[in-house]
Parts: sequence; structure tokens; C-alpha cells
Amino acid sequence: MSNSTLKDPSIYASRKRANFIGLVLSMSAMAIGLIFLLWILSILMFKGFSALSFSMLTHSTPAPGSEGGGLANAIVGSLMIVVSCTLLSTPIGVLAGVYLSEYGDRSKMAAVTRFVNDIMLSAPSIVIGLFVYALVVVPSKHFSGWAGTIALSLIAIPVVVRTTENMLKLVPVSLREAAFALGAPKWKVSTSVVLKAAKSGVMTGLLLALARVSGETAPLLFTALNNQFFSLDMNKPMANLPVVIFQFAMSPYDNWVSLAWGGALLITLTVLALNIVARVVFREKVAV
Amino acid sequence: MNNADILMTPHRQSVLRWQRWQDFFFEKTTMVFALSTLVALTGIIVSLFISSWPVLTTFGFEFFYTVEWDIINSKFGGLIAIFGTVATASIAILIALPLSFGIAVFLTETCPMSLRRPLGTAIELLAAVPSIIYGMFGLFVFAPLFAEYVQPALAGTLGQIPGIGILFTGAFNGIGILAAGLILAMMILPFIASVMRDVFEIVPPILKESAYGIGCTTWEVVTKIVLPYTKTGVVGGVMLGLGRALGETMAVTFVIGNAHKLSPSLFSPGNSIASTLANEFGEAEPGLHYASLFSLGLALFLITLVVLSLAKWMLIRAEAKKGMKS
Repeated sequence: MSNSTLKDPSIYASRKRANFIGLVLSMSAMAIGLIFLLWILSILMFKGFSALSFSMLTHSTPAPGSEGGGLANAIVGSLMIVVSCTLLSTPIGVLAGVYLSEYGDRSKMAAVTRFVNDIMLSAPSIVIGLFVYALVVVPSKHFSGWAGTIALSLIAIPVVVRTTENMLKLVPVSLREAAFALGAPKWKVSTSVVLKAAKSGVMTGLLLALARVSGETAPLLFTALNNQFFSLDMNKPMANLPVVIFQFAMSPYDNWVSLAWGGALLITLTVLALNIVARVVFREKVAV
Repeated sequence: MNNADILMTPHRQSVLRWQRWQDFFFEKTTMVFALSTLVALTGIIVSLFISSWPVLTTFGFEFFYTVEWDIINSKFGGLIAIFGTVATASIAILIALPLSFGIAVFLTETCPMSLRRPLGTAIELLAAVPSIIYGMFGLFVFAPLFAEYVQPALAGTLGQIPGIGILFTGAFNGIGILAAGLILAMMILPFIASVMRDVFEIVPPILKESAYGIGCTTWEVVTKIVLPYTKTGVVGGVMLGLGRALGETMAVTFVIGNAHKLSPSLFSPGNSIASTLANEFGEAEPGLHYASLFSLGLALFLITLVVLSLAKWMLIRAEAKKGMKS
């Protein structure tokens, strides 16, 4: 580089300008993201809280055109589906994660499984709904809460597998070696040492999976369907918040749309709370 | 006789055998569960294929590039839905890419340390908001504003340019392909931004410090050091976002307009694969209509499968770089 270019002030000026423009643009991108989050949340609060009332929690969904009504059947249905989905996907996901982390070091099959699992993590949820429709609803000839549970589990399991594997990998090898040196068989090391050490990390994964499925709508459309009445029978079509929100928001009735906003607020608050709790649980673990 | 043999009393041998059996059982059980995701993936492909078989035998491959969607006369073609899916996802990527790049640069380079965690969390929370909320927001809040302010402005400026002007013509009703693409962009923005942030953090500090040391500006460090070093990871993150955008149902269904027509204008309502499924599957009669919807599902699944596989492959390659850090 010659002396003259080094001293040419216009090059400095243009580099500084490029730097300034680039950084200002990146800052505005961040601002757009944040504004959008706040915008969505404030609209939800505004429209949701005005719809929220005690009768929303005690009454079932209203018939078309009738006044009042609530979301009680949908809330209970959602809770039942999501809880049974958690009960189903926790053992499957955690054990699969244990396999990938403890046994799947060098095996080709584990590598393939890991790859497929990551793809299932982002697979279109509506296609999973189609699959469960063909697999469960068609043979049993009716929509059911169980079909919804299965569809949601197919979405939750990959999340649990991924986080469990990652969290188990964080457990120091020396901990495993110490247990082996005491003569513990591998299954005992995996369950009572490794899993126990990674307990809060695995919990984080479960909470994140729970948050993910609580808001899923598409896979429930053709599986759990909807039910206008209060029902606790998982073998029957079941009302659930996301599908009710979808149908009510698209409807011409004002009280339905308002109920949809109330439901949307409930779901979002639940999902965000689960996310924040998951983060707190995990941070406590890191701090220890 | 060595020590090990002396210690092997019959009792200990039986304990060992029992433990070995337990180990074998435990390994195989966990393996079966791990295989379940593999089984699910093959199951999805096989079952979609079987259910869409009637369409593939009646219309053949033509199904994927014809436009008729005539339920009464049982003539089905998937082009409109496939076009809608690809168009909305492309718009979403075009808008989300620069924005998420900006967010990732801000979070890794210029953001004050104390704000990095809360702001990063805020972006991740944006990713956690259920897609149906984006849909409702799009229909009730975004679409009216879009019709009143943005669409006339676009038609008045970009719409006047010969050639691409036709993209911005038509009625200003707020919903349509462009609106769906914009809502999708906001939805996938946090996904891409957090992947990008993660791969930017892989860059060895010493590389960046050397660049700063010879007098580079922050922007030069980002574009000439960080970006070349992480390009596979960045592309992988974008593909991941694309995969999400292609398969997204609720956010699109609310704002795309659900009209089965093909129009050059981005203002006109259309349909995507996912929105067609969400709207029509519940009322479909068993037969060709039903099988056509399954074929659309199969097409969607295969497209996202390819995109996501490429994304994953690139991210694995980017991750491998991390190993060579020192």
C-alpha cells in the first residue's frame, strides 16, 4: 500500500460511512423485530382482556347466533389433549434421547436418526395431521381426542429427543466413569447418574415441547376436530382452544370473534409463561 | 489362574449375567424408541403416497402442473396451491433475510453486553408465539392497515414501473399473497435470526480481533470475516426458515384469501397447499377430491423434506468448522 492511499481521507470517510449505514440498518432491524413483538402482545392484551371474563371459564362454546357462552369445554379439552400428549411423549422422547447420547456415538443408525429427528422438528404440522387422519381416524371411523394426542406427540417427541440428547451430552464423562468404576451397569449409570445430573435440562426440553404443542392448530383440525359440547371422552371429537379460535375468528358473529381473542390471549400467555419458566429452570441449572 | 478368575464366584457370575441382560434390554428398548422417529417419517411418506394413489393414476404427473380445481366435475390440478406456497415462502424469505441478518449482527457485534440476553430472549419469544396468533393479527389488525396505507403506496410507486408493475395491481383488500408473505416473514424472522446469531458466535474471536487490529470497521469485520467464515451456516439457517415458511398453515390461511385462482398480481387472493388443506379437508368427500388433497400434502412434505435436509446438511458442515477452532 502506497503512502498516498493511506493518507487519502476520502477512503476513510467512505469506509466510515459504510460502517455507519450498516450498523444503523442492523439496529433498525432489531427495532422492527421488537416493535413487532410489542405490537402483537399489546393488541392481544387489548382485545383479549376485554373478552376475558369469569363466564368464559364456566360456560361452553355458544351455538351460532346465540349470545354469551364461554370456552370451558375448549379449555378442558386442550388441557386433556396436551397433558396426555406430554404423558405419551415424555418416556419415548427421553429414552430416545438417552439412546442417541449414551449408545449412539459412532453408530451410523444413530446419525441417521439424529438427522431425521431434526427434520421432523420442522416438518409441516398440517401434514402430520393428514398422516394421523389416515392412520387413526380412518380406521376408527371417527375423530377423537386420542387422535389429536397422537398428532401432537409426533410434534413434541422430536423436541424432547433433541433437548434430552443435548443436555445429556453436557454431563461430564468423568461422572460416568466414576459410576462405572464402582461397578454400576450401563443402564444404571444412564438412568441414575446421567439422567439425574441432567434433570433440569431435560425438564427444560419438556416445557419447551409443551409450549410448542399448546399452540399448534393445524394437526388438530382433522384429528380432534371440535365439539360444541362439554366432553371428557377422549374417544369422541374433542373441543380444543386452537381449533375453536380458528373457527370463531373466521366466523361472522361478534361474540364468537371476541371469544376467539380471549382464547388467543389465554394460549399466548400460557406459551410465553412456559417458555420463560423453561429458561429460568435451565439458568438455575447452569448456575449450580 | 489370574485374579479375575478367583474373584468370579458363581454368585458374582450370575449377578454379572443378570446385569448384562439388563444392559442388553435397556439398550434395545431405548433403541426402539429412537427408531420411532424414523418409523414415523417413513410412515408419513408411505401413508400419504397410498392415500394419494388414485390421483396419481387418474391424472398422473399432470396433477402438479395443471390449474383446474373443479370439485363438482372432479378435475383437479395442484398448480395454484403449489404456486401460492412457493410465492408466499419466497416473499417471506426475501423480507426476513436482511432483517434477521441485521438482528444477528446487532446481537453479536454492537449490542451492549448487558442487553444481549434480554434482547435475544425477546426474539426467541417472538418465535414462540403460536402461529394462529400471527394469523389473527394478520387478518384483524395488519390487513386493514395494509389495504389502507401500504397497498395504495405500492401501487403508486412500484406499480408504475413497466414489467414488474403488474405484480402490484388489483383491488386493495388487504389480504392476498403479498400480505400472507409479509406475515410469514415476521413469523420466520426470529427462527432465522437465532440460527444466524448462533453461527456468528462460532467465529473464533482471534480472527475478528486480528481484523479489528489492522483497522477494520465493525461492518467490514461482519461482511469480510464473519460472513465468509459462516456462510454455510447462514445458508442453512435461511433454508430452515424456508422450510418453516413452506409448511406454515395458520398464519397463511387467515390472510391469503383462500381463492382458487392464479393471478399475476401479488395483491390478489390465492391459496397455498397448507391453506387448501386446512379449508377443504374437513368437507372433502372420499374419492378424487380427498386423494387430491393428500397429493398436495405429499408434494408439500417432499418439498419441505428436501429443503430441510439441505438446511441440516449445511448446518452440520458449519458445526464441523467449530471443531477446527483452535
